[in-house]
Amino acid sequence: MSGKVLLRGGRVVDPSQSLDATLDVLLAQEKVATVAAGIDAAEDARVIDCTGLVVTPGLIDVHVHLREPGEEHKETIATGAASAAAGGFTAVCAMPNTDPPIDDPAAVGFVAAEGRRAGAARVYPVGCISVGRAGIRMALVGEMVQAGAVAITDDGNPVMDSGLMRLALEYAQTFGIPVADHPEDLGLSIAGHMNEGLISTRLGLPGKPNAAEDIHIVRDLLLAELTGGHIHLQHVSTRFGVDAIRQAKARGVHVTAEASPHHLVLTHEAVEGYRTEAKMNPPLRSPEDMEAVRAGLADGSLDTIATDHAPHHYDEKEAAFADAPNGIVGLETALGVILTRVVKEGVIDLPTMVDRMSCAPARAFRLPGGTLAVGSPADVTVFDPNERWTVDATKFRSKSRNTPFGGWELEGRPRLTVVGGRVVFGG
Amino acid sequence: MNPTTTAPLGKDLVGLEHMSSAQLKAILDTAEPFKEISERRIKKVPVLRGKTIVNLFFEASTRTRISFEFAEKRLSADTVNISSMGSSVVKGETLVDTARNLEAMRIDMVVMRHGASGAAQFLADRIPSNVINAGDGRHEHPTQGLLDILTIRDHLGDVEGLKVCIVGDILHSRVARSNIHGLLALGAEVAVCGPPTLLPLATAELGVEVFTHIEDAIQWADALNVLRLQLERMEGGYVPSLREYNRIWGVTNARLEAAPRDLLILHPGPMNRGVEIDSDVADGPHSVILNQVTNGVAVRMAVLYLLAGGQPESAEAAKGGSEA
Ligand SMILES: [Zn+2]
Repeated sequence: MSGKVLLRGGRVVDPSQSLDATLDVLLAQEKVATVAAGIDAAEDARVIDCTGLVVTPGLIDVHVHLREPGEEHKETIATGAASAAAGGFTAVCAMPNTDPPIDDPAAVGFVAAEGRRAGAARVYPVGCISVGRAGIRMALVGEMVQAGAVAITDDGNPVMDSGLMRLALEYAQTFGIPVADHPEDLGLSIAGHMNEGLISTRLGLPGKPNAAEDIHIVRDLLLAELTGGHIHLQHVSTRFGVDAIRQAKARGVHVTAEASPHHLVLTHEAVEGYRTEAKMNPPLRSPEDMEAVRAGLADGSLDTIATDHAPHHYDEKEAAFADAPNGIVGLETALGVILTRVVKEGVIDLPTMVDRMSCAPARAFRLPGGTLAVGSPADVTVFDPNERWTVDATKFRSKSRNTPFGGWELEGRPRLTVVGGRVVFGG
Repeated sequence: MNPTTTAPLGKDLVGLEHMSSAQLKAILDTAEPFKEISERRIKKVPVLRGKTIVNLFFEASTRTRISFEFAEKRLSADTVNISSMGSSVVKGETLVDTARNLEAMRIDMVVMRHGASGAAQFLADRIPSNVINAGDGRHEHPTQGLLDILTIRDHLGDVEGLKVCIVGDILHSRVARSNIHGLLALGAEVAVCGPPTLLPLATAELGVEVFTHIEDAIQWADALNVLRLQLERMEGGYVPSLREYNRIWGVTNARLEAAPRDLLILHPGPMNRGVEIDSDVADGPHSVILNQVTNGVAVRMAVLYLLAGGQPESAEAAKGGSEA
């Protein structure tokens, strides 16, 4: 279906090939056909002028909640995939904490099929670690992988039983998929609503201490070391956790880890005034923790930026803080927030950002893409690194508007999202 | 809360945190002339005539609600009580809908008790009526803090430089937070004392001393404000038993005898006699527990008067002077 597309004259940044130069990119037959200077436009090619824009391998978000099946009033696979495309993402990994949870091959097949039908960003299903996300017995991991699952996780919940986590890390090696964990010791945190500290004390909100996350990060690292399995640690938010991952990588443990945009740019001070749009799990932490997450992203201890896109209906967040659900939407603000508040503040450079948002997630979850090497899928993101815009949640493609970034002035915005050679956003 | 208004307290009383010492003193000073109304034969003045006040209680609280109601009625306001028990207004309704309904009824003031921290701020941000926080979760209970401070001031004079220790479950206590903020703003030295399981780790960062031994607190303090230990804290595993709590943290005459000075004893009630406080202390010569109850009505009258736009210096005239 997709014809040839020629992206002309953009700054092509592809760390997978150590590429950063003004070049043309020709996409044909759903693949990257040529990357070179001065490509002649074939007669049948659609030429898109990318002068002044940045052209990168398609952004990939390995952690999104699309809410379907079960909570379609918050998001559907179609609206989530469209939201991803509008945010510059060419692929997302859908978390399985739906209702019912994605814990068998039929459910995995449903997510994959709905994702294809949406025709926006690619949607890769992630299956549960345990049956019903109950944390007791391993789900049909092999059959889910055969049906298209690219990883397993009980996200939303941690795996509290260390024995089960060990089995999952062993078993998943057969299929070459990561075991992703939401690291949290619920015994320390289940009553909590925000980071434990002075602000939670003043607001009278029960806290979640860093230790709840740290304990499970260390446990998961030890189990990955024991089994040789691949642990993927989700939304790391603590300074100790970042350092533990750094040390484990130095020892050769097979670990990858995420930083979320909100943990890179916000602290628990955002909760002041009981702002429910700043309520998420893990919570926004102290400034020292935020700095550690930024440093971890810069030195590669944290491999990927992942949004943890978590839509909630507006009236669910319009509640007393303790009654509001955890999570914020992130797909349509991630690129702008990262460019404005991480890249332009000098934490990482642009090629490193492309690595953390495209190359590294593809490597971590062994997904196609994450590169503009000739012959790879024609998944491309084009953005204007300088366009100034103001976040207006009412304009989101997502069904939900629960963002702490509403009204933020950002610099840098997606312009074109191409999936399999087809323009799914912009143009 | 709203700095642009000319009313001395702004639109709402959500908490004592962020209030200036001038604002706190304005309330305490305004409470003084109002004390006298409750001593009259006809305990009614027309200060709030024509004002409609809703007492909205999502949690059971007999004494706070009654104290507010007396204050409102003695100022001639029209009052409606809504409590969560058996009320269709509250059952299953979200706080937003409650706020919208109140707004639609064009009431002047809402006094709210709610189990969620931040509920008072939530309501205050959404309705034009004055909102008075009668306790929100673990956050604040500002009128209780004010009446405790007024009682201390009545007996020991200016609280600046006084040493006040709050004893018990600080973690879950809105009374503790309001006392801490109010007392610190007025220049008192503040301490807390209790089992470490019931003291937030960040307590010292609030600017207070932390004692884990009641004997040390008694050596230090001029006044003890003894909090009720809820039975649920034992069930929640914070303390092994109420008896053990009494043995280790109970305020007893034997312990008070070791004090270098007479200690003023406060308790926001309701008391668990024999748990956090022994009867001979509660009923003893230094207990001001019933004075707190009396002051509660005066403080709440002062808050209602000031939020309705009254000025502290006009309070005496507004209530028609003192009865001869
Ligand atoms: Zn999670």
